[in-house]
Amino acid sequence: MKNYLLGMYQPEGPVPGPEIMDRVMAEVGALRRELESAGSWVFGDGLHDPATATVLRASGNEVLMTDGPFAEGKEHLGGIVILRAADLDAALEWGRRYAEAVGLPVEVRPFATEAGD
Amino acid sequence: MALLVRLAGDVDVAEEAVQEAFAVAAERWPRDGTPPSPAGWLITTARNKLIDRNRREAARPGRHAEALLLHAPDEPAEEGAVPDDRLRLIFTCCHPALGEGARIALTLRLLGGLTTGEIARAFLVGEATVAQRIVRAKAKIRDARIPYRVPSDADLPGRLSSVLAVVYLIFNEGYLSGSGDPVRDDLCAEAIRLGRLLAELMPDEPEVLGLLALMLLIHSRRAARVTPGGSLVLLADQDRVLWDRDLIAEGQALVRRCLRRNRPGPYQIQAAINAVHSDAPTDWRQVVRLYDQHLALAPTPVVALHRAVAVAEVDGPAAALGLLDDLDLDSHHLFHAVRADLLRRLGRDEEAAHAYEAALDRTENPAEQEVLRGRLAKLHPREK
Repeated sequence: MKNYLLGMYQPEGPVPGPEIMDRVMAEVGALRRELESAGSWVFGDGLHDPATATVLRASGNEVLMTDGPFAEGKEHLGGIVILRAADLDAALEWGRRYAEAVGLPVEVRPFATEAGD
Repeated sequence: MALLVRLAGDVDVAEEAVQEAFAVAAERWPRDGTPPSPAGWLITTARNKLIDRNRREAARPGRHAEALLLHAPDEPAEEGAVPDDRLRLIFTCCHPALGEGARIALTLRLLGGLTTGEIARAFLVGEATVAQRIVRAKAKIRDARIPYRVPSDADLPGRLSSVLAVVYLIFNEGYLSGSGDPVRDDLCAEAIRLGRLLAELMPDEPEVLGLLALMLLIHSRRAARVTPGGSLVLLADQDRVLWDRDLIAEGQALVRRCLRRNRPGPYQIQAAINAVHSDAPTDWRQVVRLYDQHLALAPTPVVALHRAVAVAEVDGPAAALGLLDDLDLDSHHLFHAVRADLLRRLGRDEEAAHAYEAALDRTENPAEQEVLRGRLAKLHPREK
């Protein structure tokens, strides 16, 4: 088995209202339960706004701290899911369902280490 | 180093182990101090890295010769409808998670057996670019664990269309090269060979047969399509004696087989259109009907453009010209060439000349440029 990261990228600006978000959250919740019962769920959550981020950079003997995200952009990482899957096809299938549920681009990326059986 | 190469059985692997040893040294020596025999320390460390690596490699079960290049499969052997290594390899090489250029290069390298240099020359890119594409694609197959198997029945239609698209792109690049030689016979032959392989491995997929028939029928006109001097000859002007009757018979037999299946698809319809063209004189009404069917399955402007060419033969150039107005194909040289021909037939030479010039601006294939220049020159001389 292998671990995969699903990164969901959302555009800048306000999130949709509850009439949309309630449906999205319900679908995401159902997907999580399905992943859990398949033994494939590792971790997942939405992230706070990029403005809440803090970046640390080691420089000589000190570590500099800056307010805000590492990279400013029109899109940012809005949430992640880490799942276990047999291969990329299985991970892409979950990714496809997340993309449909949240309506955002989903990046599927393998973790470096094998996840065991 | 030689000792390590012998142990590794591979120069690259040995080099990698030495580099890893240096990386460990760079981390440790400043902290723990330089060892008494730095060279000996490096060799020992590199050798240990190699032994670790060999252990990991040996632990992987069920290695296939092809998969050795790609990754270690540890799936059971029975999934998919046709348990054939080559077929699995085709689906891996044409996986939609790989970029189009990488799919083509991998397929030609691993299934077509072309060298990296041959692929580079065929697609007019640098050899280093092709080599890098292949290395990256193999790394993605391994690291993202793109599976080495025939997709399940549910996924097959979508995945198969990716495979067929790769084969047809290879054929098209041979048939009408973006630039350079007008026709690349090696690529056409490679694509047909892959098409035959697919037809042998998946004889029940009508689109597979359709693609093979399409390529055979187009290729049957190869000798008539280009003069010994390298000029292109359009279908209507070709010497039919030069057409390859065996290829036509094989292609038409495949088209009939597809018709009996009655599961039409874009490749089968294009093959049927070419089968009609292979019988003289061309039954244009039937061609228009087939394009109607093609357009219903694949409603794209390029299909509509080809349909308009057939309509011109049935209803005249004015009717066809009207069909072009709504097509968003300004960047496509064929759109302007078709428009120019229709305008010429309507006697609107001034507009035709502009359209031929627009087409000339949009193709780099020298043989096509020659045809267009010939048409342009035959228009009535314009007042300057």
